[in-house]
Amino acid sequence: MSTIASDGTDLGHDTHDAHDDHDHKPEGFLDRWVFTTNHKDIGTLYLVFALLMFFIGGAMAMVIRAELFMPGMQLVRPDFFNQMTTMHALIMVFGAVMPAWVGFANWMIPLQVGAPDMALPRMNNFSFWILPFAFTMLLSTLFMDSGGPAAGWTLYPPLSLQTGSSFAFVVFAVHMMGISSIMGAINIIATIFNMRAPGMTLLRMPLFVWTWLITAFLLIAAMPVLAGAVTMLLTDHFFGTSFFNAAGGGDPVMFQHIFWFFGHPEVYIMILPAFGVVSEILPTFSRKPLFGYAAMVYATASIAFLSFIVWAHHMFTVGMPLEGELFFMYATMLIAVPTGVKVFNWVSTMWKGSMTFETPMLFAIGFVVLFTIGGLSGLMLAITAADLQYHDTYFVVAHFHYVLVPGAVFTLMAGAYYWLPKWTGNMYSERWGKIHFWCSAIFVNVLFFPQHYLGLAGMPRRIPDYSPQFADFNMWSSIGGFAFGASQLIFVGVIIHCVWFSKKKATAQVWEGAKGLEWTVPSPAPHHTFTKPPVVDDTMVAHADEAH
Amino acid sequence: MSEQNPTAPKRGHGRLVGKLLVVAVAMFGFGVFAMPPLYDTFCEITGLGQAGIKTAGEVEESAAPRQVKVRFDANTNSKLDWEFRPVQSSMMVTTGEATTALYFAGNPSERDSAGMATFNVSPPKAARYFVKTECFCFTRQELAAGEEREMPVYFFLQPDLPEDIEELTLSYTFFRNEDDDVAQNAP
Repeated sequence: MSTIASDGTDLGHDTHDAHDDHDHKPEGFLDRWVFTTNHKDIGTLYLVFALLMFFIGGAMAMVIRAELFMPGMQLVRPDFFNQMTTMHALIMVFGAVMPAWVGFANWMIPLQVGAPDMALPRMNNFSFWILPFAFTMLLSTLFMDSGGPAAGWTLYPPLSLQTGSSFAFVVFAVHMMGISSIMGAINIIATIFNMRAPGMTLLRMPLFVWTWLITAFLLIAAMPVLAGAVTMLLTDHFFGTSFFNAAGGGDPVMFQHIFWFFGHPEVYIMILPAFGVVSEILPTFSRKPLFGYAAMVYATASIAFLSFIVWAHHMFTVGMPLEGELFFMYATMLIAVPTGVKVFNWVSTMWKGSMTFETPMLFAIGFVVLFTIGGLSGLMLAITAADLQYHDTYFVVAHFHYVLVPGAVFTLMAGAYYWLPKWTGNMYSERWGKIHFWCSAIFVNVLFFPQHYLGLAGMPRRIPDYSPQFADFNMWSSIGGFAFGASQLIFVGVIIHCVWFSKKKATAQVWEGAKGLEWTVPSPAPHHTFTKPPVVDDTMVAHADEAH
Repeated sequence: MSEQNPTAPKRGHGRLVGKLLVVAVAMFGFGVFAMPPLYDTFCEITGLGQAGIKTAGEVEESAAPRQVKVRFDANTNSKLDWEFRPVQSSMMVTTGEATTALYFAGNPSERDSAGMATFNVSPPKAARYFVKTECFCFTRQELAAGEEREMPVYFFLQPDLPEDIEELTLSYTFFRNEDDDVAQNAP
């Protein structure tokens, strides 16, 4: 076993743990998974749940792309199409990306800060197990007489209030997701603040821990605002209030302000942990410390702060005073500065490094390139005068899919490949991992790049039919969509192979250039780790050059 | 398990979690209780949103009821062989008062047919003060062969109708509803 731990006794203890590991695992399915308080098992539950939701949301995207393959109405009714666009977004945002990041946090944060478990293990169990109920409720609306929500994931009134009685299920599902996220965030903050191993000072923490710490604060500040917004929709729909009803003295535009006050931090909730994962992977496979560690931390914090004062750039067209539009335009463009710092630092980390291109590295580099494209179209959208043209077109769809799919989803894949050997004890198939990457990277561009042109040509979002002039680009986009969707099945194959069939055992360090506490424990990580806290010093952290 | 970690005093979690919960609850309160009044204030200062819309009470106070002459006009598109005319050619209408006017429509042909009426108000600037509460033009109308019927329109004139409008015309044109009346001709 290769070791980089400086404390020999610690490592011996962990090795001992690994040997009689089975003694500590609860027996039986119920005790092991349903009643579990173990951060690794809960992390696994989150990740499996997120992958399932990724495929359910993906199936909905396939319905959307199939209908849009040709102009005209072929496969589904317009109302069902609208339900698909709405549910696809809700499932992917709240069911796939967010739980996947919480899964990573559960698995990796205690391992990376040298804690034996999360700070509040029982609450951890609860925050996972309300999710299956929330999504069962949300998905069940598709089978109700009044149908699922069809007003877009933004749930703008008065359109969203035309949803039938199934609307109550949507609102309560959102409430439950919110409670789950807030509990998860509290748990993560408590773990990071209270459970770090001796010597693990804040500025020695791996960047994934830092980005999640900041994300957790965003969650605590933003999710309750969404809960408030949907609660007001609920009372407007069922109890005769008029928060958003102009006839009763309310204002539907106010909903947009409240929603996006949540909604903009939400997009950083989905992408900040991605920044963290990339900042872990690039140094490992470049065999160089992360360039500008402290700058990365401060850049993340500034992005988080700015995310709370830019929300109205989602609604430039509602009619704001000129001063308001200018403020939100400049504040939005300001975000490009810390984000630019990050991209610069990632590129500088790779500069003159001894790079190798294993699957996690490929996904991380793919992220840096493609996320930057999404960032650039974001800057175009930030220009108020231009946004009036782009608003609610496929250009917006292309923009946010570039930052979410090759952005958040690619880094989820990168992180999964990076830590899979640590989780399972086996190496995955590098050959199939690379095939997965190249298929994903090619088809994600075939899927989303043409949508830029569609948007600039004026094709609106959320429509089941379109003018024949948009036909060719839509066909390309649909072909890319089907191929991208199919490529993700490779990922499932790689995981199944890695967990149950791979013969190649992983070492403790797994990757030659990997540094950090998680690589000091055996692979697979024993059920209980760091029951005796390790003592951390500069030699054990990835950014040793900057850690003091 | 956490008790085993000397860096994690049990009480520390409780206090930190308590503080974080307070933040979460405060943000919920911010969304529900602080945003609406803040938004109202913002709208009042900037004159945006609902602040520009007058309530019913304010409108009634601002203008006294008066009499206006309303003319009625009827046309039929050449593809629809109906007889269509207003029952009254004009009437005096008090602003703010609900009023009913009648049109007569008949189908002298030998086949059932359906029509849809479009409407027009002139002068154009009077249009936004002319409010139809119920009208035959809202829905498709069907007349069997030889059927005749009176078609009502319920409307009122908003009290803040500009002073210089003393006369206005409501005009309808009936078009054949081609999508639907083919159904009955099908075998």
